[in-house]
Amino acid sequence: MAAPLLEVRHLRVEFPTRRGTLLALDDVSFDIAPGEVLGVVGESGAGKSLTGAAIIGLLEPPGRIAGGEILLEGRRIDNLPHEAMRAIRGRQIGAIFQDPLTSLNPLYTIGRQLVETIRTHLPVGEEEARARAIRLLQETGIPAAEQRIDQYPHQFSGGMRQRVVIALALAAEPKLIVADEPTTALDVSIQAQIISLLKRLCKDHGAAVMLVTHDMGVIAETCDRVAVLYAGRVAEIGPVHEVIHHPAHPYTVGLMGAIPAMDDDRERLLQIDGAMPRLNAIPPGCAFNPRCTQAFDRCRSDRPDLMDAGPTRAACWQVLQKVAVASGAGR
Amino acid sequence: MSTTTVNELNSLATADAVVTPLVEVQGLSKTFDVSAPWLNRVIERKPRQFVHAVDDVSFRIARGQTLALVGESGCGKSTVARLLVGLYAPTAGRVLFDGQPTGFDRPGPVQRTLRRRMQMIFQDPYASLNPRWKVLDIVAEPLREHGLVAQPEAVRQRVGELLQSVGLAAADGEKFPHQFSGGQRQRISIARALATQPEFLVCDEPTSALDVSVQAQVLNIMKDLQRSRGLTYLFISHNLAVVRHVADVVGVMYLGRLVEVSPKRTLFATPRHPYTRMLLDAIPDMRMSGRSRTPVQGEVPNPLNPPSGCAFHPRCPHANARCKSERPALKRFQGIEVACHAVEEGRI
Repeated sequence: MAAPLLEVRHLRVEFPTRRGTLLALDDVSFDIAPGEVLGVVGESGAGKSLTGAAIIGLLEPPGRIAGGEILLEGRRIDNLPHEAMRAIRGRQIGAIFQDPLTSLNPLYTIGRQLVETIRTHLPVGEEEARARAIRLLQETGIPAAEQRIDQYPHQFSGGMRQRVVIALALAAEPKLIVADEPTTALDVSIQAQIISLLKRLCKDHGAAVMLVTHDMGVIAETCDRVAVLYAGRVAEIGPVHEVIHHPAHPYTVGLMGAIPAMDDDRERLLQIDGAMPRLNAIPPGCAFNPRCTQAFDRCRSDRPDLMDAGPTRAACWQVLQKVAVASGAGR
Repeated sequence: MSTTTVNELNSLATADAVVTPLVEVQGLSKTFDVSAPWLNRVIERKPRQFVHAVDDVSFRIARGQTLALVGESGCGKSTVARLLVGLYAPTAGRVLFDGQPTGFDRPGPVQRTLRRRMQMIFQDPYASLNPRWKVLDIVAEPLREHGLVAQPEAVRQRVGELLQSVGLAAADGEKFPHQFSGGQRQRISIARALATQPEFLVCDEPTSALDVSVQAQVLNIMKDLQRSRGLTYLFISHNLAVVRHVADVVGVMYLGRLVEVSPKRTLFATPRHPYTRMLLDAIPDMRMSGRSRTPVQGEVPNPLNPPSGCAFHPRCPHANARCKSERPALKRFQGIEVACHAVEEGRI
């Protein structure tokens, strides 16, 4: 396997508040290979957007990286000064956010925004940058790109705006794109268009993608691997097919069972009782233990690390027991 | 007079099922005036402008059943919900509840009783509960408003029962909404809606603001309540997988019009209208069955200036000259209703 493009090692993000420090991300580790699409799923507040923000160096203060490291092609980027990070953002790591209206400047034409991005990062002249911008818009499927390049964001519909944002993210040919809920604000029919566009373009440009979403359907269609976050920790990570069909962590099992699917006729959905704990009240041991039906003593006292659970890796003591039972039976 | 028409319509409806509809909507339309202010119209010579948010929509919901309305944003599904409970007055058409016109635009004692029999659950559980009121008062408001329970002790007991019926504790009545999570708040809205013992609940995207594991809890509660109390639902959603889970009959809306109404199984197995096919195609496939998907081209047109004829024709792969000029009516075919020239002519 090739050296990973992005490595996240034991990342901790904390928010100091008057009532003590909240640990929003606790010991999160994963990596992304070149050209790979990694999905990051979880419920609201699980820390998926924060992971993306930490990688692109856009954590909102007072949030700060309190431990661990982020490496891009073997080089640490989490401790870079502001200016150095600016050069990486856009050039090496592109970003796509949820709401296309807020990620475009309403006062400038989209052409000006594209040309500015291209010229900031690549040594090209005005003319060539504009030609490149038009080409990008054409690639993202915007009709009459030569005319529309001189229009303002409000003249575009939601789906078209998100295409412009994708063009912006790809403008400097970055190696990694962090896409934070890129389709959540869009209608279903547009969602499908944008997802297939994102997938195709990243493949064409050889960019790896970290796709943050709460929609398992989008993950299933787009990603190679998926990381499931729960209360700021990775609960399970593995190839997308295995995580969806053979999840090992009880939380992933519950999450998959809770989603109504097009091909099942269950009268009731599987439900996980309770809700994800608030950051100031994460229980000791495994964060999921109060909601877990299989929790035992160890889950309430010791925190599990990610361990091999067949094709995936899961942070669950149950997995260790199953492995022990299996190997015991084998002997 | 009205009862005879209803009976006639019912006898037509009994072709496939012998049921009396609890709710019947006849030719319902709602037009919003979105013109510029008068002075601007005079100076800039702008015409008046209208949005036909809901355009000649008719459907029935049988007692104890769930009709789901699906469609993309701006298709008018929430407007239908609001018209049904009387939050908007219809521009044309009417709503019959249990065979009786609702007539919410002329309030009287009849309307008061009707209001008690239908309630609504809103999308955003953060906006639909008064943050300054205790949960007890929120849930008790319909009881007090309709004078159903007067003594404070009786109110307290009734609210306790209601909260328990949605999986909360009676003691939660003393708390404020901010002390609850999104899913718990949505249960409080359901408890409030159930306070007057309604027969019909209008649910406008009740789970779209919730996380999936919490959505499953709320959907399960809604199904349990439907079974135990014989509730009838109008369920509005843009999520087809959720609709497939809760609905008995599904209505698909596009730009203010109903384009297809059919029983759930038929709709998902054999969608007829090209727009329904497109919507079904657009759902990401979680089970990864390898189903091929063709993302649809184009976007929803501006409702201020809808296309002529069939509103879907600019995006439709089967459109011909007739589709561009003549608006298709919702017609019955083999147990389903569909508004499409191509289906009618047997082209698809």
